Amino acid sequence: MPDQTEIRDMPSNVSRRTMLKVSALAGGGLMLSAAMPMAVRAAVAGERGVAMLNAFVKITADDMITIVSKNPEIGQGIKTSLPMMIAEEMDADWDRQVKIEQGDLDQQSYGLQIAGGSTATPMNWIPMRQAGAAARHMLIAAAAKRWSVDASDLATEKGKVIDKAGGRSISYGELAADAATMAVPDPDSLTLKDPAAFTIIGRSIGGIDSPKIVKGKPVFGVDTMLPGMRYAAFERAPVFGARLKSADIAEAEAVPGVEKVLVMKGGEDPLLLVDGVAIIASNWWTANKAREKLKIEWDNGEWGSHSNEYYDSTAARLLSGIPAEYGTNDGDVDTAFASAETVLEADYAYPFLAHVPMEPQNCTALCHDDGSMEIWAPTQAPGRAQTSAASVAGIAPEKVKVHITRMGGGFGRRLSNDYVSQAAAIAAKMPGIPIQLIWSREDDVRSDFYRPAGWHKLRAALNGSGELTGFEDHFVTFTTNGKIPMPATMFDAEFPAKFVPNLRYGTSTIETRVPLGSLRAPRSNAFAFAFQSFLDEIAHAQGRDLPALLLELLDGKDQLPDERMQMGVRPGFNPPRAAGVIRKAMEMADWQTPSPAGRAKGLGFYFSHQGYFAEVVEASLSSSGEIEVHHVWVAGDVGSQIVNPFGALNQVQGSVIDGLGQAVALSIKLKDGAVEQSNFHDYPVPRMPFTPKIDVEFVKTDYPPTGLGEPALPPVIPALTNALFALTGKRIRNLPIDTSQLTASFWPDHHGLVIGTSGVSPV
Amino acid sequence: MAFQLTINGKQHDFDVPGDMPLLWVLRNELGMVGTKFGCGMGLCGACTVHVDGMAVRSCSYPVGAVGEAKITTIEALEESAVGRALQQAWLDEDVMQCGYCQAGQLMNASAFLADNPDPSDTEIEEAMSGNICRCACYTRIRKAISLAAKQGDAANA
Repeated sequence: MPDQTEIRDMPSNVSRRTMLKVSALAGGGLMLSAAMPMAVRAAVAGERGVAMLNAFVKITADDMITIVSKNPEIGQGIKTSLPMMIAEEMDADWDRQVKIEQGDLDQQSYGLQIAGGSTATPMNWIPMRQAGAAARHMLIAAAAKRWSVDASDLATEKGKVIDKAGGRSISYGELAADAATMAVPDPDSLTLKDPAAFTIIGRSIGGIDSPKIVKGKPVFGVDTMLPGMRYAAFERAPVFGARLKSADIAEAEAVPGVEKVLVMKGGEDPLLLVDGVAIIASNWWTANKAREKLKIEWDNGEWGSHSNEYYDSTAARLLSGIPAEYGTNDGDVDTAFASAETVLEADYAYPFLAHVPMEPQNCTALCHDDGSMEIWAPTQAPGRAQTSAASVAGIAPEKVKVHITRMGGGFGRRLSNDYVSQAAAIAAKMPGIPIQLIWSREDDVRSDFYRPAGWHKLRAALNGSGELTGFEDHFVTFTTNGKIPMPATMFDAEFPAKFVPNLRYGTSTIETRVPLGSLRAPRSNAFAFAFQSFLDEIAHAQGRDLPALLLELLDGKDQLPDERMQMGVRPGFNPPRAAGVIRKAMEMADWQTPSPAGRAKGLGFYFSHQGYFAEVVEASLSSSGEIEVHHVWVAGDVGSQIVNPFGALNQVQGSVIDGLGQAVALSIKLKDGAVEQSNFHDYPVPRMPFTPKIDVEFVKTDYPPTGLGEPALPPVIPALTNALFALTGKRIRNLPIDTSQLTASFWPDHHGLVIGTSGVSPV
Repeated sequence: MAFQLTINGKQHDFDVPGDMPLLWVLRNELGMVGTKFGCGMGLCGACTVHVDGMAVRSCSYPVGAVGEAKITTIEALEESAVGRALQQAWLDEDVMQCGYCQAGQLMNASAFLADNPDPSDTEIEEAMSGNICRCACYTRIRKAISLAAKQGDAANA
């Protein structure tokens, strides 16, 4: 569980050292550049071994400070929170003088630019503050020189350098030109603020683009408008892995308004260009509608026979045998089970899921006459977008200029840049004409990089005293071309690894062509359900509740060793922090007090993306069998500081609703090699009436702050299923929850029965 | 087919097929991109605009059906008191995460509040259930609508 390497192009050995460079701006301003020397993982083309130089802070003579926000904004609030870190250490006057600009892709200057893995806060917490502190240092030096006083006698406040003894002050704007001539400090020589002195970090600050958004101003990728722009739709094979045999495009070409129809030959890699037909028109509706006139023959190969039934039956067969290979294998599991007094065994399964961000996939691309390309890409991974576009256009990555746009949601979908590849491939065939490719919602639902479905056979051995002595998981997952894609792999350290003496995790696989990807809290969003539900089963078999079991496993244990990943060192799982949020959630939910009649509480705990979250769900079933979630209590530990409480709370509440929606309703199904679902009627994401009351508290601990985009999601799913067990006595082992099971067997017949043991609310 | 539409109080002339959805006329023909494409089937509400004050899903509303009706989009929301109250409440509550659905949420909420200036939370939930927020900022959307309604009350008192 503590091993979270979702980001493939994460630099290794991230240095805390920020080297700063300065250059005079035309017009007499200060341009502060920070270089964050990072070695970048060699596997990522175009992002390797770059020494990264950067410009974050610009002060102009009119006393305005422009701060560049380097990372892509998908709704996680990073465009506001990273500049807050810089402005804090600068002592800028946030409300009066700070403007924020989105940086284009320039990882040599800015360092890593990615939205994924909840990594932006922990990776940038020190470098962004050092960039701000260095600017402040140089402004003070400039004032000291001007007034012929010692820099140590000067202070700063709200965009001014202040000389208390001399009774004078001067604005940053007035100092900017002089400051640009001052020596650049060694960042390690800078003293960062004591958090007690923060006035910007920790303040609830509204999203920086929100005033534009409420007025309908263009800020999203799909809002890009260029002179002479044309719109494109792309028809690809419904069956994953299929290839184009033939295409009759004559009728589509004849549709009024259609300007061009292009048969596109792609390759096997779904991240790049796949076979298809592009239709280009003066408006998107015409282009998209003309797809109906295409006559395409596809060669589905063996993939046209794949279906959920095939995967389910194959998984069942594999689970009845032994795993193809083992990962974690501690102690002597066979002996633990052979000598067990009680053996528990349960099969858990969960479906493919789509991401469905609100803004459908799109990308605008323009191929210039010299062969270079410019793209306006709503992408979480602009570095990958650049290499993908370059690859399909047959040009060098540095010939592709990437403008990072705000995105209407990401959830991990836009870490995969297939739509960017398509736009670039089309634009490359139509030089001089800006092309905006837009996918329909149906395209989005049916051409995703899905959260992998998965199957688990979980077993537990209890000795004569009821102690958990053995634990085993057999996980059936997928390979693509013989390799398990990262989001379909097992965590070696998945809890309770290292907390049960005899434990092993084995894996078997099914080959597929369904594209698989990272969905918000990848792996964790699935494993939390299976493992925390099964731990709840174990606790009940022991005659107690889940938190009692968890706390017994965790209490008195030391932090696990740091993990050395390709991307650097990660702190190991910390049992006291885990226990801290579990106790906090129990206190918030008044865990020991039974819920009102007809309701019950359940708990889930999970550690992911460096965040510790325990959540309690209180739920009931209506007489028609609908699940109603009344209240969710969330205790989270993401370290010492919440950067922007506004955004933090929104992330947690959104994650909770997102997870509950997955649990009760969402499933992508495959039939004849293609996805059956198509839009929000058959992929029903949560709507407002589904919103429970959600109480959130952050447990502050003395660790550097970490990210919040993901870790609050995973535990809410087992918290709900465990609550439904407490309510009905029926164990939920498949997602999404089939309420007909609950109503048919247990509701309302068992109404009034007390089910479960201590700490579980009676019905 | 030639059309003449009144959008946000201004006349626009253009030539498109009559079955072209209003959404794509706004976005691609007129360059008014505040109104958003989300599903194309009237399922998510991101494309909500007002036709003679009624909230409609412009992705499924043929331009040929508009006739003489007056269209209002997010770009002109601030011209009504209810619209301004909602915009301010949205900012005060920091409603949004990604923000993509919010034009539709605001347009739907303003038509709703114009009809029902003092709604209960349940009425708000029902009225807003056609608008999906994938980031699930529902707690804050509900609160902001409630807040804007109260401000409207105060203004009328």
